[in-house]
Amino acid sequence: MRPAPEKAFDHLWREPDVQPGAEEERRAMSETRDAQTEPDDGAGRVKALSAVTTFGPETPLALDCGVSLSPFTIAYETYGTLNADKSNVVLICHALTLDQHVASRHPITGKPGGWWAEMVGPGLPIDTDRYFIVCQNVIGGCMGTTGPKDIDPKTGKPYGLSFPVITIGDMVRAQAMLLDRLGIRDIFCVIGGSMGGMQVLQWAAAYPERVFSAIPIATAARHSAQNIAFHEVGRQAIMADPEWRGGAYLAENTSPAKGLAVARMAAHITYLSETALHRKFGRNLQNRDKVTYGFDADFQIESYLRYQGSTFVDRFDANSYLYITRAMDYFDLAADYGGVLANAFKGTSTRFCVVAFSSDWLFPPSDNRQIVHALNAAAANVSFVEIETDKGHDAFLLDEPEMFATLKGFIGAAAERRGLK
Amino acid sequence: MTLPENGSTHGYVQNRVDLALIADMIQPNARVLDVGCGDGQFLALLARTKNVDGRGIELSQEGVNACVTRGLSVVQGDADADLRDYPQDAFDYVILSQTIQATRNPREVLLQMQRIGRHCIVSFPNFGNWRVRLQLLWTGRMPVTRTLGHAWYDTPNIHLCTVRDFVSLCEEVGFHIDDAISVTGNRARRVGRPGTLDNLMAEDAVLLMSRKS
Repeated sequence: MRPAPEKAFDHLWREPDVQPGAEEERRAMSETRDAQTEPDDGAGRVKALSAVTTFGPETPLALDCGVSLSPFTIAYETYGTLNADKSNVVLICHALTLDQHVASRHPITGKPGGWWAEMVGPGLPIDTDRYFIVCQNVIGGCMGTTGPKDIDPKTGKPYGLSFPVITIGDMVRAQAMLLDRLGIRDIFCVIGGSMGGMQVLQWAAAYPERVFSAIPIATAARHSAQNIAFHEVGRQAIMADPEWRGGAYLAENTSPAKGLAVARMAAHITYLSETALHRKFGRNLQNRDKVTYGFDADFQIESYLRYQGSTFVDRFDANSYLYITRAMDYFDLAADYGGVLANAFKGTSTRFCVVAFSSDWLFPPSDNRQIVHALNAAAANVSFVEIETDKGHDAFLLDEPEMFATLKGFIGAAAERRGLK
Repeated sequence: MTLPENGSTHGYVQNRVDLALIADMIQPNARVLDVGCGDGQFLALLARTKNVDGRGIELSQEGVNACVTRGLSVVQGDADADLRDYPQDAFDYVILSQTIQATRNPREVLLQMQRIGRHCIVSFPNFGNWRVRLQLLWTGRMPVTRTLGHAWYDTPNIHLCTVRDFVSLCEEVGFHIDDAISVTGNRARRVGRPGTLDNLMAEDAVLLMSRKS
């Protein structure tokens, strides 16, 4: 039985996969940009421009692992209007299992409004009436940007595990290539939570001259041992599924759905908090009066997790999950700067606003505070907000009025400094 | 801004008479760090009237969030722990308002301020004020006054000092006193260098200091 969706967990219902046929269509056009206007976001608030663009052999993506990825495609969405001097660009970086549909109806799940519907829209903190918003599916993803489920032109088969290992740095480099192609140099604000926050930090460190303001949310400058451990559990669950076939399940027409579902279930627990789980489920039983002395989903929390796992596999590629979790594991920004995080931000003129959530134990406030310490050491312009909430890591995707208020204040003040109307 | 009725020990009191005089001490376009900035009222005033590049540190998360909401750059932290993150000469002015008496290690805080700021501005309640002296003398109990509003058992003010005490610590750690404001009741005046009379009359004192070269 499916539990009734509650608002706090609502966003986890939706998420991506790829449209049948879109693959071939995309391959057919190299170096061309296919843009289509969607009527609205499904909630009648804002128009989204959905597009894909392919980078051919003359513009490969130089990956940290040493491989040159070519050709590759980036799927992205834009909202709002680019102003005359191209100074109003907001780049939104998505988290592990999210995608470019930040404020538009999801093509797979049909969920209207996008995954950040309360943040992005007319009059909202990321105001679509004021800013030109770009959100790209990350490299290695499975919503239109090139990833392990796509066809390797060298073999004519899906990449699977022959896809090169990617990093947060690679994701950001690819994003920069897209902005270059769009003729955009300066980013007014780069914002993202969780893995999106890692990309925000990477942007600020790698392209300080391009980034006017940066908002890393519920994130860390390096992935902790505990978080690597959770990711490893997820990956092992996928790889232990016999249907995974050494990563070649697409070629062999199988699906490691069970393994991916278990990975999602384990990860999902880390996105919540004990308090929120207790508040929502407690030890309540699922449609029964007493326990069954068996291994059915007796408890509501079991039923809920099973549902989360089963819906996730409809919209996410198992190998993408391996690759993107790996990218997060490898993230250690200080390591690229002589082991001193402050060096990553030396001389920066970017305005930062770091946001953490009190009950987030995946990226706890202390991890976020380390970023703030480093920014202070670099004499950077930084704000740090800790939001009091029991919703855990996922709070950044939920209705947190204090987060909206502070970000509206920060972004508005930055816009004033930037001279944006 | 909400503050305890019986005088604040942290952040800015509404209608504080010395704020305009403190603002006068600050050069336009300066880099300013306000330690214990409360809800950012004073930083916002400085940004508006002096076009300063203002930053803040505030202990209460409520205060920090209020600051960020009004567009200020403020982090949650405290004077004892968080000044050491900043590099040398990061600011033109470091302001510590009504906070030094609540720090664990005032001497270390002053040294950190001296390191990161070219000028420092410190305000504090004067324990040498005649009312305080008389209360202790006549009643034999810990003084409770307008500026020192807490009973001994619940006060955050663990390192109270007189103006004279503070001046002597400044000299010890290598500060030059450039200017001072003596606050009594609703009157505040610039006194240059605080003397014996200020030690007796001032309820609050504000000192502008710079590193001795």
